[in-house]
Amino acid sequence: MSKQINVALIGNPNTGKTSVFNNLTGLNQQVGNYPGITVEKKEAIIKLSRNLKAHILDLPGTYSLNATSIDENVVIELLLNKKDKDYPDVVVVVSDIENLKRNLLLFTQIKDLGLPTILAINMADRMDRKGIQLDIDLLEERLHTKVNLISARKNKGFDELKQSIIDYQKISLEPCLEASVIDKAYFESLQKAYPNQDLYKLWLVITQDVNFGKTNRNRIPATSEFKPKSDSEIKRLQQKETIKRYQFINATLKETLTKDLALATGLRAKIDRLLIHKVWGYVIFLAILFLIFQTIYDWSTYPMDFIDESFLYLSEFVKQYFPPGMLSDLISEGIIPGVGGIVIFVPQIAFLFLFISILEETGYMSRVVFLMDRIMRKFGMSGKSVVPLVSGTACAIPAVMAARNIESWKERLVTILVVPFTTCSARLPVYLIIISLVIPDERWLGLFNYQGITLMLLYLLGFGTAVAFGWLASKLLEVDFKTYFVVEMPDYKLPIFKNVVYTVIEKTKSFVFGAGKIILAISIILWVLASYGPTEEFRNAEEVVKSSVDLSTMTEDELEAKISSYKLKHSFIGYAGRAIEPAFTPLGYDWKIGIAILTSFAAREVFVGTLATIYSVGSDDEQTIKSRMAGEVNPILGGPLFTFASGVSLLLFYAFAMQCMSTLAIVRKETGTWKWPLIQLFGMSGFAYVVALISFQILK
Amino acid sequence: MTTIANLKKGQKAIIGEMNSREIPLKLLEMGCLPGNQVELIQIAPFKDPLYLNINETFLSIRMETARLIQVELIDDE
Repeated sequence: MSKQINVALIGNPNTGKTSVFNNLTGLNQQVGNYPGITVEKKEAIIKLSRNLKAHILDLPGTYSLNATSIDENVVIELLLNKKDKDYPDVVVVVSDIENLKRNLLLFTQIKDLGLPTILAINMADRMDRKGIQLDIDLLEERLHTKVNLISARKNKGFDELKQSIIDYQKISLEPCLEASVIDKAYFESLQKAYPNQDLYKLWLVITQDVNFGKTNRNRIPATSEFKPKSDSEIKRLQQKETIKRYQFINATLKETLTKDLALATGLRAKIDRLLIHKVWGYVIFLAILFLIFQTIYDWSTYPMDFIDESFLYLSEFVKQYFPPGMLSDLISEGIIPGVGGIVIFVPQIAFLFLFISILEETGYMSRVVFLMDRIMRKFGMSGKSVVPLVSGTACAIPAVMAARNIESWKERLVTILVVPFTTCSARLPVYLIIISLVIPDERWLGLFNYQGITLMLLYLLGFGTAVAFGWLASKLLEVDFKTYFVVEMPDYKLPIFKNVVYTVIEKTKSFVFGAGKIILAISIILWVLASYGPTEEFRNAEEVVKSSVDLSTMTEDELEAKISSYKLKHSFIGYAGRAIEPAFTPLGYDWKIGIAILTSFAAREVFVGTLATIYSVGSDDEQTIKSRMAGEVNPILGGPLFTFASGVSLLLFYAFAMQCMSTLAIVRKETGTWKWPLIQLFGMSGFAYVVALISFQILK
Repeated sequence: MTTIANLKKGQKAIIGEMNSREIPLKLLEMGCLPGNQVELIQIAPFKDPLYLNINETFLSIRMETARLIQVELIDDE
């Protein structure tokens, strides 16, 4: 019977902890969420020796055990809860040779909890180049632990690290700092009141309550011996603890670490001079954004077309070779296109995260935050919000996922809420066809095409609305956590290929299996509503149409188109479209547009296809649909249905309305509740309705 | 005595008392402690945030935080 131990991987951000995790576990890692919160949980089970397995948990990066964010809180909650099923038998603290001093703060805190704690010093391959020498034996003695030099980049030192994990019971549990040195009298009284508890753990429970400002927890109560201190006194003691720990660390490193300062290169300064230059910094950032945008927009069309065609082919195949009936229809017209509608997003997601993980890995993302923080802060967002906002111009789904890189929950939430306002590529087919109908194809001052100007205005409108609503949301939202802006500016590094690939795979998987379920369910429901009808008219569609037309003058295709059009009109969704017509009339639409708006909830571009079906034009050819649309008559006002007024109203409706179930599904996944996607759905669509109403009433 | 907010680009100083309760603990944890040397590397456009080098730890903080940290200038000239 082989034994399994729990290993927790903890470390500061930017120490390469994730690469260490990747090297230890390979691709058999599982990514999920901690229950109730949206912090990513990465874990894997590996074999250490013939009869020893290890469950390895990659905890969120943190600078200390004084948590100020939900992510950091996960670490301390685990370490304070012996009953947790993931409570570690041994902790591996990952640190970086160049920032060892700062990394040791967290190490000493964890060590003092009385856990076997191994110190893994990463990036050891840089020691020679940076002129760093370390006396490992003395360091082990001073820290009372096992120290391993590793290099995730060169994949070195991992066998030794695994051996240290196997031998974890040999590690001394002696603390680095006696908790009582922080404040002798206070800690003595605390120990007297709770003689059976670990003193440092008690202290962490106390500081935790203070850091989070929560009152609903079980505070450690006062007893005859123990008198609690005020929050501000506790904060001062935490500062004192930090200073005491640094004194210990400085003394330890003075004996064990030497650094040849002459070898410190000016590479950082040279690259910084360019990348955060007050002019060139922005030029370069814009160029990078442009490249990302082009890639998502342009390059992904090839794989997307391929996916589209493959699923169409698969549908046809099922239709041909399965016995006809409801099951075959459900598979070929409901499930396969539904799955296709999920897979179609994979190229965009993969490309976006390819770039984002490279930007993160190289250290450039922190520079973006530095450059953009001042501007974005005005709108309640972070410097990092720029990337989601811009990639939202291709598709809101990867953009919402990209908001994960924003540390502050409030700024992240604001970003997620407003990203769907940016003009995504699915709006483009709708915009193009309506613009070509209602905006004259003429030039202003003989130079600028009015249609082009309109399209550009719509893009600016999307971005402007996103920013304006960001400002509004940040004023309205109240968030528990007070977050501070202290951003590390890491060294520039070449990205590690393996990490980039893992990130791309993981993000894609989390979309397909997380949000995919919801998208598939809604698309099947929409398909059922559009393919079945409650009345005799629907069931007898073929006969009704055949008897009403002159069969001799019609081709088979034309007849087919007529029948589909008739069926859609009498389907559940068709009746729904007609039922809501009174609501859309003041906006200048008829029930046909109403149906198209309902069906385009699956994806905005479906609008065009639905109109094609209703008008029974029998093909998706844009010119044919356009001429049919131009001939439509407004049922109430008379005259053409698509006028400047109704066209502008429709453009504005599509600019603002939350017409995308996939976005709602991913927001549900990323925020962990239906609250926010529902606010988006009703808030954005309500706003769209009002704006479209006003514009039509003014312009008509 | 002055604060980090008043440093000029390239100026170095020694961190003095950090008494304000508004100073985030995180800053101390990253090595911003009394007695350590701080250098202002760069100020972002629109005068915020600041890019600092504190004992070889590179970080950026906002002006509002920088105003809270007292420093003593090192005379280079």
